[in-house]
Amino acid sequence: MLISRIKKSLFVLIVFIAASSGRCLGDYDYIDITNPFLRKIPMAISSFSAVNRGNDEVDQAVKNRELLRKSLEFTSYFSMIHNKILTSGNGSKAAPPGLNFKKWTASGVELLITGNVEIIDKSIKLKLRLYDTVNKKMLLGKSYKTTINNSRKVIHRFCSEVIYCITGSRGVFYSKIAFLSTSTGKKEIYISDFDGYNPKRFTYSNSITLFPAWSSDGKWIAYTSFAKGNPDIFVKSLDKRQSYLINFKGTNSTPAWVPGKFELAASLSYSGDPEIYLLTGTGKINKRLTRSRDSDLSPTWSPDGTKMAFVSKRAGTPQIYIKNIASGKTARLTFMGKYNTQPEWSPKGDKIAYSAIENGEINIYVIDSAGKYPPVRLTHSAGNNESPSWSPDGSLIVFSSTRGGASRIYVMTAFGTDQRQLLSMPGEQTNPKWSPRF
Amino acid sequence: MKKNLWVRLALCFVLAGFLFTVSCAKKPMAAPDQPSQEELAAEKAAAEKVAAEKAKLEEMAKQKAIEEEQLRQEEAERDKLAAIEEFINNDINFAFDCSALTSESQFVLKQKAEWLEANTDASVTIEGHCDERGTNEYNLALGDRRAQSAKAFLVELGVGESRLNTISYGEERPTDNGHNEQAWTKNRRAHLIIE
Repeated sequence: MLISRIKKSLFVLIVFIAASSGRCLGDYDYIDITNPFLRKIPMAISSFSAVNRGNDEVDQAVKNRELLRKSLEFTSYFSMIHNKILTSGNGSKAAPPGLNFKKWTASGVELLITGNVEIIDKSIKLKLRLYDTVNKKMLLGKSYKTTINNSRKVIHRFCSEVIYCITGSRGVFYSKIAFLSTSTGKKEIYISDFDGYNPKRFTYSNSITLFPAWSSDGKWIAYTSFAKGNPDIFVKSLDKRQSYLINFKGTNSTPAWVPGKFELAASLSYSGDPEIYLLTGTGKINKRLTRSRDSDLSPTWSPDGTKMAFVSKRAGTPQIYIKNIASGKTARLTFMGKYNTQPEWSPKGDKIAYSAIENGEINIYVIDSAGKYPPVRLTHSAGNNESPSWSPDGSLIVFSSTRGGASRIYVMTAFGTDQRQLLSMPGEQTNPKWSPRF
Repeated sequence: MKKNLWVRLALCFVLAGFLFTVSCAKKPMAAPDQPSQEELAAEKAAAEKVAAEKAKLEEMAKQKAIEEEQLRQEEAERDKLAAIEEFINNDINFAFDCSALTSESQFVLKQKAEWLEANTDASVTIEGHCDERGTNEYNLALGDRRAQSAKAFLVELGVGESRLNTISYGEERPTDNGHNEQAWTKNRRAHLIIE
């Protein structure tokens, strides 16, 4: 009797803490982590109410709700329920009193987000709540105050909280995507937000620019450029105040930063054929990592920095190999097909994405990093799909595709579902690289 | 009696006279007679004419020689330019995903080595290129292999290594922007430029 009462009070205590702090417990089993995208969680976002009902407020209410919806939809975890009757909110009330969870669950909704917007002078106040309509609980309650210009960041902060609640990981909202575009007539590096918003030009090499690579703290980008008449690797801080040059004789290409260090691996051909070396960010060679006939290039690091996958033609065709840095041992990973390149190690450590040519088409494959299981093909009959890059939480893959004619940047889940175009600019966009989380 | 003597003497003189006139015919014409002023002038003009014509002929011959020399030089220059053009335009082609030299490529490289032997001042950059198929990273490395392959062969043929530079452009600088076998074949090349 006493024990069961203690248990009950403990349970109540825990729930109380959960409600007030808005933190989710592992009790809530929302996501099937083996394939979280197989069954999308039905979510609804009711219209945000404008507290003082001013025109500005209504405008901001609509904009912010739309941004929230798009951003959460981007993750591919949710299927958005757009039921006009349900989503048209109360309009005037500051906080929804006594939410009628039943009416939501009757439409299949399991997660609900409500919000209200208040504008005071030049600042905006956003109150956002996440509810589990099935269990009739509030999972998150947040209040943000910021300038109107900054509301995008705040919405993304809330999205991050939502994803953390649901999956235990912070998601992709504080990340960017670097990519190449020929908008000026020549390949240059551009950087956009994770959802393709606001692409900004990063390089002005006025020459052939290739292979952007983010350092693991997101503060540096290394890339190859012909700006000085030879393919050299440029290392630039994101604020462009610092730069270093790696310009050995020959081809300097495919830089890849070591996780957690100001160090990178790159392919240099000064010894007579392309080999992979470990260098400091300033361009000093620390170690030679490959020693084989023919080309070695395209290094990519395991998230713990102990292993490096790379492309080698040592066996006669380009294939992917993995080298254990400490032991020095190298083993071949891919055995299917005659052309496997562009390996990218997932931040989760368990998989490697790459592109393979088969029957004259390039497609994206994923293979487990231990090489135990056959690779899985993610793109089919849709032009050439190449250059995969993982989101920082390993849930999404950005890549380039010519399915629509010109090469464009696309995003899909780690399982190949929900393939959609990220952005469109004049010219062709290629070689996307997802940044770490900022 | 005395009359006969005088007749005989006169006859002797006439005979001598005849003798002299016969032998006179062999002597140069100017000698016995003093030429007149007109004859002098005419002769001078004739001589000058001959000299002028001779000079003209000499001049023409000289001109002809100069022109011939010019033509020879122009031809040599054209040949030189043609050789340079051939040197630059004749690319070395490769099979897909391959940096090995075909026998045709080796022949082309031999011609280039000959030119380099004849033009010892020249330095050359060997560019390595690929067709658009495949991925950019791998193609940049493959272009590098192709350039190195051509360079190694030239060095083997005796060209000084210090005269040969290499650069890879991967698939970034196609010479034919088509999307067919013909374009791809053209683009898989090593291309030499004279520095």
